[in-house]
Amino acid sequence: MGNDLKAKKLYITIDGYRMEDKFSGLDDSIKIEMLRKMYQIRHFEDETEQFIIRGMIHGTCHLYTGEEATAVGAIYAINDDDYITSTHRGHGHCIAKGADLNIMMAELLGKRTGCCKGKGGSMHIADVDSGNLGANGVVGGGIGIATGAALTCKMKKSGKIVICFFGDGAANQGIFHSSINIASIWDLPIIYLCENNVYGMSTPVKEAFNIEKISDRKCAYGIEGLTIDGNNLVEVFNTVSHFSGECRAGRGPVLIESLTYRWRGHSKSDAQVYRTREEIRQWVERGPIERYKKILIGGEILTEKEDKDLEKEVAVQLDKATKFAMESPFPEPSEVEDDVYA
Amino acid sequence: MREIQYREAIREAIIEEMDRDRKVFLIGEDVGVYGGAFKAYKGLLDKYGPDRVINTPISETAIIGAGIGAALTGYRPIVEIMFIDFAALAMDQIANQAAKIHFMSGGRLNVPLVIRTQGGVGKGLATQHSQSLEAWFYHIPGLKVVMPATSYDVKGLLKTAIRDNSPVMFIEHKMTYPVKGAVPEEEYTIPFGKADIKRKGEDITIFAYSNMVLKSIEAAEELEREGISCEVVDPRTIVPLDIDEVINSVKKTGRLIIVSEACRRGSVASDISARVTERVFEYLKAPVKIVAGLDTPIPYNSTLEWASIPQKSDIIKAVKELLEEIL
Repeated sequence: MGNDLKAKKLYITIDGYRMEDKFSGLDDSIKIEMLRKMYQIRHFEDETEQFIIRGMIHGTCHLYTGEEATAVGAIYAINDDDYITSTHRGHGHCIAKGADLNIMMAELLGKRTGCCKGKGGSMHIADVDSGNLGANGVVGGGIGIATGAALTCKMKKSGKIVICFFGDGAANQGIFHSSINIASIWDLPIIYLCENNVYGMSTPVKEAFNIEKISDRKCAYGIEGLTIDGNNLVEVFNTVSHFSGECRAGRGPVLIESLTYRWRGHSKSDAQVYRTREEIRQWVERGPIERYKKILIGGEILTEKEDKDLEKEVAVQLDKATKFAMESPFPEPSEVEDDVYA
Repeated sequence: MREIQYREAIREAIIEEMDRDRKVFLIGEDVGVYGGAFKAYKGLLDKYGPDRVINTPISETAIIGAGIGAALTGYRPIVEIMFIDFAALAMDQIANQAAKIHFMSGGRLNVPLVIRTQGGVGKGLATQHSQSLEAWFYHIPGLKVVMPATSYDVKGLLKTAIRDNSPVMFIEHKMTYPVKGAVPEEEYTIPFGKADIKRKGEDITIFAYSNMVLKSIEAAEELEREGISCEVVDPRTIVPLDIDEVINSVKKTGRLIIVSEACRRGSVASDISARVTERVFEYLKAPVKIVAGLDTPIPYNSTLEWASIPQKSDIIKAVKELLEEIL
């Protein structure tokens, strides 16, 4: 009888799409694992911010703080061997997809032990082993690449899919249009996941678009699309679970707009004159980790104490990553011309 | 040996490589039923089907992007950009993405991508369909740049390009497609970075690539009748560049003319001149001379069009002038 109860599927409706509530059927351990990932991202970004303040980041960094539910919810809804492409604000995607925190932190400090031997830095972190085809310094630069990876999935009939992360700003680049169009005509297994975090650098979305929802652009390509609460991990997970199934079944691409907010400035040199403290405070109150934690504690999946212990474990892990990065060697000048050609 | 057209040599190279390696596929505008704008893909759709000969909408940036993504995940795509002028529509994907991914990832990601395109003057196609833009790509670290002049070279170099693990700009010339040249029946490849002495000579070195090789050979033949012996050196690939072969020739002749169809300002020719002068100044009996395209957009009118790029007569004139000059 117990099995019958478990087999009963619950359904929910998000932005007009009826879908299975797959989150409710997950093992508690996976639900807690997702919280751990969110903490890893939050602490990684906090450590990075400290490095920025101390002048130890040679270039720039774009912090993902406040957007954790989108990366974690989406990536936990697909398989380990599926692909993603990331953005200049890419640490969250990279961590959620399973990159090693030590070599990520080493990369930010420009160390030879970094995932790109110190040659990529924050904006070009890639992690082949976990299927992360790379962050990108160009807004929209990864959209075509993701589409090509989806072409591979289709041609190989591998059953794999791609999540293409990009921001609201990228949705106004030409490559957004051309790529989604070809993905649509070829029914490619790809989720175009637009992280609408309200600002493209300083320009508010309401000044950059004359449409209500970015996902309304689905009509132009004859594909499915919807807008979701990107700070609600459960909603992100369920939506991406549903549409990853659609993609794997050959029902083509989808455009998901995930509404979120970046807590920090655009990059390390942003004085944030374009927004108010009050606006930031309101979003922080609706922060993704804070909301998800309440769901887990309220559902008796996690106690307050277990939550605190979990965060402490993550803090220790980050200390180790920081130590690894600090103690790692810099590359030698003689390495500068390595890896120009394969 | 049998003689085949340049476009047939391209087609043969592609067939051999597609038969050899399932990972190779073609993608581009009008590459399907149409067979490519210059008919290099005639019959390939029937032979390989739409999964390996992928016809696309007019979306240069997305086509190159898709090629990069497929290359990163295990395929070896050959992307066709119909005119090199249209590469401007995809420059982020070529220069910021394809060229840099291997380096940015610390050597962990490879982009085995061939971008086949063509440029050059001669068909009355005016400003936006006639440019020689190789300098754009020559300037970008991470790209290899191939500029074959003959049927033999285009076949052997295209096979090498397809097997290379770096992104390759494979730049053909629209006037060379119907030109016939000797190509052996048996399989061969040509390594990158290996110049070819197209014609041996003693008095002067003419460095030329792409269609200007053919014009330089014609000029050299005419000059020979007047007793002037020209050595024509064709680098075949400008990245990597076999500068040593040019240097060796200049050491022998003491005189260098660089012939190029591209605008002179900021050109590959200017860079070659600087490199040779740096290395073997003491061997030069006269200043290096550049015979290049004018710094002007390509005009439509045929008289103006031909006036905008070097002709055989310009090469002959330059050779004679240089032989009179003593440093």
